[in-house]
Amino acid sequence: MIAITWARKNLFSSFWNSVLTFFAIYIIYISLPGLIDWAFIRAVWQGDSRTACLAPDSGACWPFVKANIGQFIYGRYPASEIWRVNLTFILGVAGLVPMLMPTAPAKRWNLIYLVIAYPLIAIVLLSGDRPGLVHVDTAMWGGLLVTLVVAVTGIVVSLPLGMLLALGRRSEMPVIRMLSIGFIEFWRGVPLVTVLFMASVMLPLFLPEGFSLDNLLRCLIGVALFSSAYMAEVVRGGLQAIPRGQAEAARAVGMSYWQTMGLIVLPQALRYVIPGIVNTFIGLFKDTTLVLIVGIFDLLGQVRAQLSDPHWAVPQGATTGYVFAALVFWVFCFAMSRYSVFMERRLNIGHKD
Amino acid sequence: MSELSKIMIGIEHVHKWYGDFHVLKDINLTVREGDRIVIAGPSGSGKSTLIRCINRLEAHQEGKIFVDGVELTEDLKRIDAVRREVGMVFQQFNLFPHMTVLENCTLAPIWVRKIPKADADVLAMKFLERVKIPEQALKFPGQLSGGQQQRVAIARALCMTPKIMLFDEPTSALDPEMIKEVLDVMVELAEDGMTMVCVTHEMGFARQVADRVVFMDQGEIVEEAEPEIFFATPKNERTKAFLAQIL
Repeated sequence: MIAITWARKNLFSSFWNSVLTFFAIYIIYISLPGLIDWAFIRAVWQGDSRTACLAPDSGACWPFVKANIGQFIYGRYPASEIWRVNLTFILGVAGLVPMLMPTAPAKRWNLIYLVIAYPLIAIVLLSGDRPGLVHVDTAMWGGLLVTLVVAVTGIVVSLPLGMLLALGRRSEMPVIRMLSIGFIEFWRGVPLVTVLFMASVMLPLFLPEGFSLDNLLRCLIGVALFSSAYMAEVVRGGLQAIPRGQAEAARAVGMSYWQTMGLIVLPQALRYVIPGIVNTFIGLFKDTTLVLIVGIFDLLGQVRAQLSDPHWAVPQGATTGYVFAALVFWVFCFAMSRYSVFMERRLNIGHKD
Repeated sequence: MSELSKIMIGIEHVHKWYGDFHVLKDINLTVREGDRIVIAGPSGSGKSTLIRCINRLEAHQEGKIFVDGVELTEDLKRIDAVRREVGMVFQQFNLFPHMTVLENCTLAPIWVRKIPKADADVLAMKFLERVKIPEQALKFPGQLSGGQQQRVAIARALCMTPKIMLFDEPTSALDPEMIKEVLDVMVELAEDGMTMVCVTHEMGFARQVADRVVFMDQGEIVEEAEPEIFFATPKNERTKAFLAQIL
């Protein structure tokens, strides 16, 4: 009974709603059974080699994913050193989870750990440039590891840098304003592919002899600066929504420019643009796949690399691999999206006027 | 009595332009300790601009402004020093909507005066009691009426224990039934001897508390007189015309 009332109210409340409901049901009807059939019913679940997936009518070849999961996550990172990647990951989650929980205490120390201590720990652990650890060249890094390194670096750098650029663009000092505008418009005006190519291929030509910068590091810098320009414009949108009186009231009680911006204007502005910020993060996360063109194997690149492995040349290999990669990307992006919804709701408490 | 006390605000031959528009024309005004000055005049006469020059929310281009002996120049340190001693109340309240009433009041004492948070809370509660809304301390500004918000704004300014209070049309954005509660707080403040400069259209308030009424029109001070004289026998034609409209 309740279901019928609910359906009447939500699915068939008007003629056009009913039409849309039937259309949606039709779309599900033509797409879902095939997907379920391919991914579950006709799929191959067991097997140690390509022969398991060679049956002419078989669906997804999950043994391919299972056999290559190590490469998908760690790339060519040496098997004996994989604990370092896992430890880095655990340390990151340990810092991130309490940071994301609004009720967790000691936010200041948490932030210092995440933004200053953790990156240093991660660099040492992953690259091993310390006595006692085996050095692992970044050329060996790959898979989800690279995806996360690029995305997290981009996110961690782009938010503060974007905020500074947004403030700079609204500065009353002409030099700072011009520099900010120039920076933002330059990085927004070039495609990320070009940025990565420049960083990887052209930059070494300009650098002095004997001075070399790691390929991955160059790409990280490129991605971080690129996303900062986008972030700057998102933040600026928020700054423009804050009435002038807010900054005036803060200045009138003697607060400095940085106190005014940091305590009054930015907290309000960022709240308005949470959807835009998360949108930029999600875009950045997916754009990491472009590092493939400069020879760095992120998750998607690693999936493609494993496809050319003759041991796993099977008809459904490519589709299975891509679906798996899509699923991993979707999980991360969806998590970010849900978190932003949660924060928006939370920040709105007591703030409606 | 006021002739003997210290000069708190000295404005000497001040001019200001917005582009080609001459907003302030040769303004001269002296405010002594304990003075209550009301600035009146039609909209666009430059009275808000003048009061905003006193804490340098606007910069003047010619002339000199001294506040408590400090001359206002480009020097940011001096500007901040002046702003610490001068409280301001705005037409639109300008409370910080993302903070509670209490946090609005303690913010500047904590960050500017570097007072410990516990002491700042005590100070803020004292002034919230003085404006008669201690019970609203933990609410957000958006949950209060306009009159209550403006009283919080007054408390927020008082928490810096300023020597001078500036009011920029504090009742103009309020519904009529809320004007009185704000004016009552201002009258009490005046009775306690606070040095006040108020831009307002509330002529009743001017009669009741002002030592002097300054009438501005088209960027000039047209007339300056004690309220009894100002309202009873205005000298200038423009003052007469304004009073005829407003009373």
